Parts: sequence; structure tokens; C-alpha cells
Amino acid sequence: MQTPSSERILEKLSILADAAKYDVSCSSSGSKRKNHNKGLGNSTGGGICHTYTEDGRCVSLLKILLTNHCIYDCAYCVSRKSNDIKRAAFTVEEVVELTLNFYKRNYIEGLFLSSGIFKNADTTMERLIAIARKLRTEHRFNGYIHLKSIPGASNALMQEAGLYADRLSVNLELPSETSLQLLAPGKTYEQIKKPMLLVSQTIQAQANEKRLLQRAAKPLFAPAGQSTQMVIGATPETDKDIMYQANALYQNYRMKRVYYSGYIPINPTDTRLPGVGTPAPLIREHRLYQSDWLMRFYGFQVTELLSDSFPQLDSDIDPKLSWALRNLHQFPVDINTADYEAILRIPGIGVQSAQKIISARRFGQLDVYQLKKLGVAFNRARYFLVCRGMGPASLGDLQDRQIKHFILAGYRSKFSNAVSSQLSLF
Amino acid sequence: MQLIYDGSFPGLLSTIFTAYEYKLNDALIVRTNQLQSLTLSESMEVYTETAKAERVWKGLKKKIAAQGLELIYRSYLSELPSVENSILEVVRYALQSDQNILEDYGHSHVLTLHQIARKVGREKHRFEAFVRFENIGNNWFYADIAPDFNILPLIAPHFKERYAAQNWMIYDSKRKYGIQYDSVSEQINELTFRFEHAPAGNLSPIVQTDPDEKLYQELWKRYFKSTNIALRKNTKLHLQHVPKRYWRYLTEKKES
Repeated sequence: MQTPSSERILEKLSILADAAKYDVSCSSSGSKRKNHNKGLGNSTGGGICHTYTEDGRCVSLLKILLTNHCIYDCAYCVSRKSNDIKRAAFTVEEVVELTLNFYKRNYIEGLFLSSGIFKNADTTMERLIAIARKLRTEHRFNGYIHLKSIPGASNALMQEAGLYADRLSVNLELPSETSLQLLAPGKTYEQIKKPMLLVSQTIQAQANEKRLLQRAAKPLFAPAGQSTQMVIGATPETDKDIMYQANALYQNYRMKRVYYSGYIPINPTDTRLPGVGTPAPLIREHRLYQSDWLMRFYGFQVTELLSDSFPQLDSDIDPKLSWALRNLHQFPVDINTADYEAILRIPGIGVQSAQKIISARRFGQLDVYQLKKLGVAFNRARYFLVCRGMGPASLGDLQDRQIKHFILAGYRSKFSNAVSSQLSLF
Repeated sequence: MQLIYDGSFPGLLSTIFTAYEYKLNDALIVRTNQLQSLTLSESMEVYTETAKAERVWKGLKKKIAAQGLELIYRSYLSELPSVENSILEVVRYALQSDQNILEDYGHSHVLTLHQIARKVGREKHRFEAFVRFENIGNNWFYADIAPDFNILPLIAPHFKERYAAQNWMIYDSKRKYGIQYDSVSEQINELTFRFEHAPAGNLSPIVQTDPDEKLYQELWKRYFKSTNIALRKNTKLHLQHVPKRYWRYLTEKKES
């Protein structure tokens, strides 16, 4: 039987989880926090997805807003001031109890707390910190905490937030300042990038200090670093604009992650945005993430993936295959002699298979059968490699478009319905 | 020659010892509960002897180090039919080679063990995620699981570290045993007991849950629903990550 107070908390949770769900990050990795004081929980470094929603996204953290009251009126945001929706606010105690009780039952890795901005930036930030502080000090909670930095909050508050949080993040919101000015009145890149810079400098200073002293002198500041996100598909930027922006964020602010959030039409009246009913740009989002991976794990420069003459990623093939087809002169690569970096660039070979190839070939020359067993996607890779018993495919005679045609004929892409218009080109 | 062992890990190592002792080059290792009633070949039952098991373990350690031992142990925990024979082949290869044969991914049995151990590792990780505790009062938390592989020994350290201050119990209803941690003694004990009348995934007939338990389960289900973006619905991906066979143990997925 439910009491009125349990009804109310259920309703608040519905509203404030619903409002928080457009923030993509659910990462709980990158922080190692031991359960040193026989308190509650730890962070293992690897991160754990405790379940997945019906849209297939990982649920690792209790991701909620403290409140969805907001003084801003950003057109792309569901909590914008002018939107006629139910509003709610948690108390500090309610968030603490929810986090602890979910954690004890092994539902979550920790808390991702964000908020609409009520009154002003400092008041909002103070309230977020109060929750993190209470969890860490009163309840000896060693699970993961991700706090949103509120642009405009004071440096002192940001410093304090980093002492309790594993990760801090502030969203870039949109891939260009022009778009931000158009859709988010009152917000500027300068205001958003200030806390990013503070966090990256504090982390850097801490690393230097640690190196000098050979140990961490103080409680760690944001050990899992910072991340950010951009809404894509709501404004006219090209894939090149987006990925160059992401690249700059990785370089200038040492971001752990940049997230790309395909715009979901939630604003029925604003004509500056895609109308309700427009499908979310899921393929595009996927291709952007693939490019992001190529930059972070495959040694690609953003300039190799996108340029003025190639400003949009292919939707029918992945960006690595696309790069290979534009650079056929770099192939075929010999599996048994090439270095790791070159093998990693072969379409159909990922980090795991590339590492296995490097290990295994010390025991003898590898052939097609072994490569297949190792997990190489041979249908794609065959045009780009040579190995024992298999000379260069008739690559010399094949044009990039023909190779693409052969490869696409060999598999059914999960997106093949959505991209069929492009397939009819050849 | 078919060698039958009791299914324990020391039993498997004793069997490997026996295969060497009698130079059985055609040995086929079978655990007793996976025995087919009709077998054409000759068979022999091997008794578990700790001393023999330890000798094999120590000998292997010199050749393939802790990493290789872990590979073999995890493969064993898969309980997959004939995994023992891949283990035996890898042991043979390791003992006659001077190289670190674990990296020879071109060798079919080495690769097989890596692939099986990886599956077991995935199941371990999955259950560090999928265990759902219910508060049954007095700071005791209970969870029921039915993993594909025997991963309780692998997940125990994780839960001990994480939930050091609460008492907990995880019961594998498929293999009919569980582990229990007591926060005062800080010990993990293995339990073999049978809940004869408990339908899987539903504890209520046996123990009274804490008064708040229902509310938190309700809150978790509500959260799970609210954090979903309906416009991005992707059932295939959802099922890939949360296969149906696990649903009855997951608070947010089971029918209430």
C-alpha cells in the first residue's frame, strides 16, 4: 500500500528522471575509489552498466535533476522556462536516500546529478555540492558521483565540487557559438568554457604536483576527469564542424569524452528547430561516435576523416572503411610484417584483433583461416590485406566504388532500410 | 581412454596428472554429471587427490604464470562440454614449449580457451551488474541468480569490497549453492542449501522483506521507465544487452 508521501516521491522521480534523460553520459569508469573506510561502495575503474533501457542505452548511474525549474529558455531543452510542463524539486535528503538505497541493492554505480538553474548559478551549484558532500562525509559513500558544473558558478564552488565528484561536466550544448546564440538566449561559449578550463587546469596542476611529490598531496580532484556534450541535428553544422569542435575540446580541455546527442524534437512551436515527428538522426550520431573512436583509439587525425572537400561522413559505410576507400594507395597491408598502426587501419580489424595478430604472428605466419578465427571481419578486410596463402586481392583492378559495392552486398547493415536511397546510386 | 572426474577443479587437475602418469595420449576427460550412458571407449574414474592437483598447479605456474592459471580456471568454470580437453591440450603445449604459448592465438586450443574465458569473464561482469539485492531486514540483503556459467567464485571479491558494511547472500538457483558475507566477521562462506518451494526470482514465500523494500523496488521500476527515450526505441539492442533469460531476476524487468 502506498502512502501519500511515497506517491509524491514516485512522481518527483518520474519528472526529474524524465528531464535528465537527454544528458547522454552514463559513464561510471575512469575512477578508482577504494572502500577504504568500511563505508558503502567503491569505484572499480571499469564502470558497470547495471541495466539497459528499451532504447538500448546503458543505465549505470541514477541520473536525475535536482529540479527542473529553470530561469533559462533554451529552445532545444525540455526544461526551458517557457515550456508548460510539471515542475518538481528534490530535497537534499531525498536525493541522498535514493542514491544510498539504490546503491545498496546493486541497482547503480552512483549518482549523476544535474539541475535546472534556479535563482542563480551559485545557489544551484551549492545545493548540488551539499548532496555530494553529505554522501561522501556523513554516509562514507565511495560510489561514483558525476556532478554537472553550472556555468557562472564561482571558482571556489567549482573547486569544492571537484573534491567530492569523480567527474565534472558542463555541456557545450551546440556545435557552434552562432547556433548557441540563436537558440539559447543568455548563454555564451565564454561562460561555458570557463568552468571547463578551470577543471582541466586543476587536474593538470594536481598531476604535476603528484609527479613532484611522488604522491597525491590532497584529496583527489575529479579523478575521472571531465566530459561534455553537443546536441547535433538541431542546427546546420556539418559533420566536419562537429568533429573539429570535438577535436578542439579533446586537445584544449583534456576531455575524457565528448558526447553527441541526436536532437529529439521536443519543441512543437519553435520554427528554428526540426519539427515534432522528425526522426532523431541516429545514423548520423552513430557515425560521429565511430569517428570519435577512430580519433581516440585508432590513431586517426580528424583531418584524415573530414575536410573541406569531404565535410559529411558517409551514412552507408563506416568512417574507417570510407577513409580506406579514399586511400587505396596505402593498401594492401601485409598482416605478417606490417606494424600495429598499419594493421589497425585495415577495415574489419579492431583493436582486439590487431593486438592478437601482433602476438600470434611471432609463432608463425598467419593464414586466412586463422584470421577469421581471431575475429577479423573478413568480408571487409579481404580487399585490404595480404597474409599467408593469400596474395594481394585483385585490388589493383578494383576501383573504390566497386569494393564498396562488393562489401555492401556481403552484409545487411542494421541501417540498410534507412540508407537505401544512397545504395541505389550504384 | 575416457577419464571421469567429479567436476571439481582439484579433480580436473588430478585427472591431468593421471593422464601424464599413465602417458594417456588419447585421454578424453569427462565430468561425471556430463557422462553419456553409452560410450564405446574404455573408461576410468579418477579420484581427486589434493597433492596431485597441487603438483600440476605448481608445474603449470612455472610455465604459464598466474595469467595462464586464471585462463584455465575461468575456462573450467564455464562447465562447457569438453572444455577439459582443450585445457589438457593447452597444458600439453605449455609443458613442452619454452615460449609464452598463451599468446599463440593461431593455436586452435589456445584460442578456444581465450574465447571461453572471455565468455566467462563477460558473464562475471554481467552479474556484477545484474545481481539485485532485496533488503530482508537486519541489514541482510539477498539476491537470487541463475548465470550461464559458474561465476559465483569470480564475483565474490567484488561484492565483498563493495558491500563491506552490509550482510549479503547471493544464491545460484541453477547450481543450488550460494555465498554469504557477514559484515562483522568479514568472511565469505559458501552455502549449499535448497529452497525447494521457492519459485525462481521470487523470494516472498520464504522471507519477510523490509517494509521499505517494496517502495524502493517501485522507485527503481519507475526510474527505469522514466529514463527511457521512447523515440529512440531499439528493441534489438535492448535484448542484446539484457537477454530475456535474465529478466526474471531483474527487478526492473520481471512481471510484478
